Amino acid sequence: MKILTGNDLKSGAVVWWDGKGWSIHITDAVDAGENAENIIAAEDAARRVNAAYAIEAEQTEDGPRPAHIKDRVRALGPTIRPDLAVPAADKMGWDWVI
Amino acid sequence: MYQYDQYDQAMVDARVEEFRDQCHRRLEGKLTEDQFKPLRLQNGLYLQLHAYMLRVAIPYGTLSGTQMHALADIADKYDRGYGHFTTRQNIQYNWIKLEDCGDILADLAKVEMHAIQTSGNCIRNISSDQYAGAAADEVVDPRPYAELLRQWSSFHPEFAHLPRKFKICVIASEKDRAAMRLHDIGINIVKNDEGTLGAAFYVGGGMGRTPMIAPLIREFVPLDQMVTFCEAALRVYNRYGRRDNKYKARIKILVHEMGADEYTRQVEEEFAHLLEQGVEPPTAELDRIRSFFQPPEFVAGLPAKADRSDPDFALWIDRNCSPHKVAGYVSAAISLKPVGGIPGDASAQQMHLMADLAKEYSFDECRVTHAQNIILPHVEIGRLYELWQKLDEADLGTANLDNIGDIIACPGLDYCSLANARSIPVSQKISERFAANGKGELLGELKLKISGCINACGHHHAGHIGILGVDRKGVENYQLLLGGSEAEDVSLAKITGPGFNEDGIVDAVETVADLYLERREDGERFLDTYRRLGMDPFKEALYG
Repeated sequence: MKILTGNDLKSGAVVWWDGKGWSIHITDAVDAGENAENIIAAEDAARRVNAAYAIEAEQTEDGPRPAHIKDRVRALGPTIRPDLAVPAADKMGWDWVI
Repeated sequence: MYQYDQYDQAMVDARVEEFRDQCHRRLEGKLTEDQFKPLRLQNGLYLQLHAYMLRVAIPYGTLSGTQMHALADIADKYDRGYGHFTTRQNIQYNWIKLEDCGDILADLAKVEMHAIQTSGNCIRNISSDQYAGAAADEVVDPRPYAELLRQWSSFHPEFAHLPRKFKICVIASEKDRAAMRLHDIGINIVKNDEGTLGAAFYVGGGMGRTPMIAPLIREFVPLDQMVTFCEAALRVYNRYGRRDNKYKARIKILVHEMGADEYTRQVEEEFAHLLEQGVEPPTAELDRIRSFFQPPEFVAGLPAKADRSDPDFALWIDRNCSPHKVAGYVSAAISLKPVGGIPGDASAQQMHLMADLAKEYSFDECRVTHAQNIILPHVEIGRLYELWQKLDEADLGTANLDNIGDIIACPGLDYCSLANARSIPVSQKISERFAANGKGELLGELKLKISGCINACGHHHAGHIGILGVDRKGVENYQLLLGGSEAEDVSLAKITGPGFNEDGIVDAVETVADLYLERREDGERFLDTYRRLGMDPFKEALYG
């Protein structure tokens, strides 16, 4: 699957395209399919997100898992500061990141 | 310490309002990201993995207690309660909101600080010896010269759009504590046979994907011509440095490809031309700057020795304190590398404490080192024990300066959008391993440096042991390097062979450390043993 991510314009927070808007939880990410580039262009123009891009991900029972480690770390927050991590929204917690 | 005059303050205040307006226009959608990016970078604002990151300049690493308090306040008010001290003697905040940037810069300006030229293809923050003004072996305090260069390079219109970023370092001793020859320009202020001070210029050093040691291009430039010579060195680079390929755009590539002799010839020609133009600042300006760096009022006749009956304290003195030019004083290093900690990170609470201790014990002054520690430059030996007790209570009293626990690590893939692998977890595991097995102190001086990508912010090329994190088919992999040094015995580390996974690299470090312990001769550091034995026995131990 292809999911979209970027950083929130105001806060810089990592966000994921959920089909209607942007969520901080990767579990909300949806397959953007063929519409990825159109969504990115529209969202960039609407000033809701910064530097959005599409990534490959795998759909699992517990939600999308980015293919590349960099995006998995982005989904979590710094691995060495669990106190600053985005709250895990699925039963796997963050064990799948590394 | 230098204090802003009305010109400095007016320049910084004007920039605050300009950038506040630019942020506002970006948030309103009047600027696109493509338009905004070069503007934010000129103010040290990056977009990293998780958020905006702001890099604040700490000129030549020198801070007052008031400034350190202000940095702590910013961490508390606008970030998540901590900051990260970097290998360029700066501080970075990792969780900045765009809408807060104007207020943050305004708060910095109130304490004579800013984030100008901490990014972009311009002359960056000037770095220096963290013991400047205190070191027993310096020929002069190098900071007035660094400050003069800071003023010359700030908003210098000719050098605002160089082929690539440009880093200058100024020291004033034979011992190099600032990686001087790994800078674009390294200046060592020296005294000639007549007792006159001048500047030795080393040009074309650097780390990154093509590490180079800067060659000496001029042994002695009179100090009243130093800025002019810098101008000439930059001008030749600006004229011929490559702009078609960012990976070949640093001055080190130009000097290497043109040849040091030809580059030097052109600089000398430009220098002769510039001398006729009168571009050197008036000596009165240097005198004005020097007046801010007068030594504090040291007390004479203080005790020269401390009570060493507490063994942990005695170890801290031996490991973390450095000789001072005035009897009865030392410079004390505050390690930001507790066992298993994050190298260079300090909480707002710790920053406030360090600021208070600077005021109480070190004439209200502290320094940031390129090794990501903090120095209190002027501490009475007789008061060291009470200082160390206060540091120790705050997890700041670790005795590990320049040993294997004092690891330099870049933010790596935990924060940095350029990184390929995480640096910090590896540093934590190595630190914990060598604390647990008790070998850390046995090993003595052993500088270990980790970078999460080839850009080498963690200085892995200059580590006695260096580690470079790479991406191997989407998995973190770590290459091991041996034999580097950033000091006066400067050298570039060499790769041992195939890389290791995260746990494997920790084992590999222990393997080479064990070989050193087994094969070292009297007085040899790890680096000395490596240089005597060569790479082969280490490779044999690692790969069989």
